[in-house]
Amino acid sequence: MMSPTATLSTVSQNVNAASSKPKTKTKTLEISGLNFYYGKTQSLKNVSLDIHDKQVTAFIGPSGCGKSTLLRTLNRMYDLYPGQRAEGSILYHGRNILEPGVDVNMLRAKIGMVFQKPTPFPMSVYDNIAFGVRLYENLSKGEMDERVEWALKKAALWGEVKDKLNKSGLSLSGGQQQRLCIARGVAVKPDVLLLDEPTSALDPISTAKIEELISELKQDYTITIVTHNMQQAARCSDYTAYMYLGELVEFGETDQLFINPAKKETQDYITGRFG
Amino acid sequence: MVGEHSSKQYDQELEGIRSKVLLMGGMVETQFDEAIEAFRVGNAQQADKVITDDHAVNQLEVQLDDACSHLIVRRQPTANDLRTVMATIKVITDLERVGDEATKIARTAKSLHERGMIGFNHYDIVRTISRTSADMLHDALDAFARLDGKAAMQIIAQDDEVDHEFRSIMRNMITFMMEDPRTISSALDTLWVAKAIERIGDHTKNIAEYVIYVVEGRDIRHTKPVIERDVAERGEG
Repeated sequence: MMSPTATLSTVSQNVNAASSKPKTKTKTLEISGLNFYYGKTQSLKNVSLDIHDKQVTAFIGPSGCGKSTLLRTLNRMYDLYPGQRAEGSILYHGRNILEPGVDVNMLRAKIGMVFQKPTPFPMSVYDNIAFGVRLYENLSKGEMDERVEWALKKAALWGEVKDKLNKSGLSLSGGQQQRLCIARGVAVKPDVLLLDEPTSALDPISTAKIEELISELKQDYTITIVTHNMQQAARCSDYTAYMYLGELVEFGETDQLFINPAKKETQDYITGRFG
Repeated sequence: MVGEHSSKQYDQELEGIRSKVLLMGGMVETQFDEAIEAFRVGNAQQADKVITDDHAVNQLEVQLDDACSHLIVRRQPTANDLRTVMATIKVITDLERVGDEATKIARTAKSLHERGMIGFNHYDIVRTISRTSADMLHDALDAFARLDGKAAMQIIAQDDEVDHEFRSIMRNMITFMMEDPRTISSALDTLWVAKAIERIGDHTKNIAEYVIYVVEGRDIRHTKPVIERDVAERGEG
């Protein structure tokens, strides 16, 4: 049996070990020197930061600060619009995804996105999910059934829709529709999920469900979320980036940023002193 | 030091809390001064006032705790606002205890003089320690009001003087008691008073540590080497 002193010193060692958690996490996306232009207007200025593997990274900042733009560059969503271009590099598995030769469809399968307003397709709940999967994989009916069930379970929606898989996705409530969109994103088994203000159109209970879901999904996916709700960033992210006028003002661990931010600009914004 | 919130109401709530803490600090400081004075001149009336005033201090502690809970619920404070609220909750606990120690001193002063059993100059013995502690308390409240981390660091270093002074009083009292057993009762009373003052020094040191937490976001409790290094660095700078 250990002597009381030995026990005490073991405890103190454990306490020390817990406080100095390893900082070396795998990076999924390495953004460096990123500039973004809407025509002649520059809306991201030399942004550099790393998105860590299986962690939740939140982008916060006032309207027009470039947080959604940054999110949209991560799977080249901006490609759909003429006149919008990005410079710099975003390394994903060692490759700069901004380069011309990148297969954008494959990229978006690996880096999925969920939008502010729920965007279910005007088809059945089942087909909403199967639609995306069919684009990338050729599954038998049985395999597809399994995949749909799996995705709906991942999105914490299965229990609520399992008896109405053939009903229209539009018949679901707002919160359910948003979880359906998350299920659709998850179904193609991406690495990264980009969430653009996923709860701003939802009531508090649906919001809580999505936030709960984010912490579940983080076991398997890297998540990046844009939110206007600072408390939401504080609640569900591991890392937070504060942006202002297209620049990254501060990026760090969420707890640190919300308790003791390094920059005065960050402090002013998160305490509501933003004029 | 910091700009205004977009919400004026939030500013007022925070300012209300801060000024109430300072009010409580002022009350506690008066309690301490009056308790020492009662001990010095043997004024039972003054001692009674200290004891009665403690109710008001306790009430303020309850009110402030409540105000802090409300602010957290309504505003979800972050960064320096969060640190201010967290520090306030702790500062008022220490202030309330300073009030309790002052009350103890007042009670001893009363009983000592009622019994009229003093065989030595009891006040001279605690004069230095009480002055140092009173100055520390005053400076700590000042540092809290002005958010002065540098001053707070110096107060923390001063607590060692108080502890040293207490040990010296203890040795002194032991000598009295050994030389003349008739002084045991009053020597013990004086020693309790010295102990209460020494505890006030400890609570004051805690308050200074919370000031540093508010200003710099660093929690320096239980980190003596860090404090010594900081005091040395700042002293030179």
